[in-house]
Amino acid sequence: MYSTVGKRMPRYDGVGHVTGRTIYVSDVRMPGMLVAKTLRCPYHRARIKSIDTSEAKRMPGVHAVITKDDVPHNLFAMVPDHHVLAEEITRYKGQNVAAVAAVSKEAALDALAKIRVDYEELEAVIDPEKALLPDAPQIRPEGNIHLFDGVSPVRRIRRGDVEKGFAEADFIVEGRYATPCQEHAPLEPCSTVAYLDESGKLVLHSKTQGLYFTLGDLANVFKLPMNKLKFVGNTIGGSFGSGNSVHTDHIAGLLALATGKPVRFALTREEEILFTTIRTPWVFTIKDGVRRDGKITARKMKVLHDCGAYTELGLYATEKNANLVAGANRIENLAVDSQMVYTNKMPSGSMRGFGVNIGQYAEQVHLDRVARACGVSPMAIRFINAFHEGDPAHVGNVLRAVSTIETLQGVADAAGVELEKMYRAMSSKDAAAAADRVLEEAGMALDGKEVPQ
Amino acid sequence: MKQIVSFILNGNPVEAAVAPEHTLLETLRDGLGLTSPKCGCNHGDCGSCTVILDGEAVKSCLVLAMTVSGKRVETLEGITPREGLHPVQKAMHEMGAPQCGYCTPGMVMASVAYLRKNPAPDLEEVKEALSGNLCRCASYDKYANAVVAASRGEFGVMPKGGV
Repeated sequence: MYSTVGKRMPRYDGVGHVTGRTIYVSDVRMPGMLVAKTLRCPYHRARIKSIDTSEAKRMPGVHAVITKDDVPHNLFAMVPDHHVLAEEITRYKGQNVAAVAAVSKEAALDALAKIRVDYEELEAVIDPEKALLPDAPQIRPEGNIHLFDGVSPVRRIRRGDVEKGFAEADFIVEGRYATPCQEHAPLEPCSTVAYLDESGKLVLHSKTQGLYFTLGDLANVFKLPMNKLKFVGNTIGGSFGSGNSVHTDHIAGLLALATGKPVRFALTREEEILFTTIRTPWVFTIKDGVRRDGKITARKMKVLHDCGAYTELGLYATEKNANLVAGANRIENLAVDSQMVYTNKMPSGSMRGFGVNIGQYAEQVHLDRVARACGVSPMAIRFINAFHEGDPAHVGNVLRAVSTIETLQGVADAAGVELEKMYRAMSSKDAAAAADRVLEEAGMALDGKEVPQ
Repeated sequence: MKQIVSFILNGNPVEAAVAPEHTLLETLRDGLGLTSPKCGCNHGDCGSCTVILDGEAVKSCLVLAMTVSGKRVETLEGITPREGLHPVQKAMHEMGAPQCGYCTPGMVMASVAYLRKNPAPDLEEVKEALSGNLCRCASYDKYANAVVAASRGEFGVMPKGGV
């Protein structure tokens, strides 16, 4: 019936991959192409008192040296608060300060060494919890704590009455979960080739994951109408979310405009790891009230997202996380307080889940502790509290096509865990009353058992 | 000061002007215009620049170009037949190993070099042989299974020796 569905199909580009004929962005070369390199700030936070590029400009083989004054509009990113080239204050180690286009890598690096920057190093804050303290260095003009919609330092989600829920609980289980920085490390480092075509259009061979998004973003930076910009999306050697942020397109484009020549700006692996967007750290604090039978009666969560120095995609991750962090559980009494704080590290990008799965790490580890506290199995605690078809989500929308229970059953099968009959018989489509019956049975089954402390 | 280095690339004599600090990878990509050896780390960690040097799989970013004078260098361009695919390429393609494909040239080269020395490896031996090649899409099982399948002749007769 179907020619392809249900059948193994060779990849359309698979032969290109195994023969090496696939042309990645880093394989693109143009005649007379210049090499770009950037000067990066060596401090976590600093004030630039002066920049002198005159000697660098006179170096042999150098076609252009640019600083903030050469950028038509010096702000970019989804929330456009990130500077293409640093303004007076630099906010993370490795922030781009100046850029050079030269005939070779060696000439470009020699020119970078001749740029004189007079920095005043400023006190930095790296730890997101320390950045919240009143005496922390204020690293952004509006303060370290992000104001949602420009007014609220906290994004709040409220359902029911958590204090009433805690009063109904037999146990209170508290936990704190923190996650570190994580780099995407796609195998192909980020690069761009930019040039002006025969019609005067600026063409960018880009590793972006969002061609039209980046086009719109950089049309502002270059102050060019969109019909003067052409993005070419080559095959890319992995991205994992890193390509939702601009790392090389802006500077390659500016240098192509400044020199009139093709320019290639390629990051080294070190630059990519140390200085580009990452999954930034998160801190989750969870307090659950749970009945002896495993039913969660109330949950209070505090989320702190370290956004790094600029908003980039951090705000989107914070908001998505807040909506979903309480997990695939029916929780009638819920309070989530989410905060986003700026620190002196590279900005938060998107990475595989956009804030969602990092929250699930904390929530799932916590659920195991809740299960231990009331003496039910880790599987049972998830069935007892599972979302069902038609339940309201934590932010109130009605859930459709719910598959929490079926997923748990599949996980049990894959892990070789024997499920009790009542959990095997459950379905996400069970009416609420039927689910409550299962809960009662589970509660009865626990009666008379000693609860481990 | 650059010097001219002569070597045999995929069976053909070539010359390249190289500086003392230039790596074989830079010379192949930027000097001679090949694209199959990829640069992932430039530190010998990722294996995407793997080529075969006098029969040994090497990371070309760790080989100084001047040291290959008079030697035989094979890249994926030389392994690929004029028509169709090498059995290792065919196995990796048909078994769905490449995802983004950036590690694939290195995977093919490391596999081909290994199979010339050990034509009938088991799965564990293949995994060990490919342990210097990173795949960030994590397609390791598929690559290793493809190499075993190719060694068993499931994707055609393995060509003898190198060029």
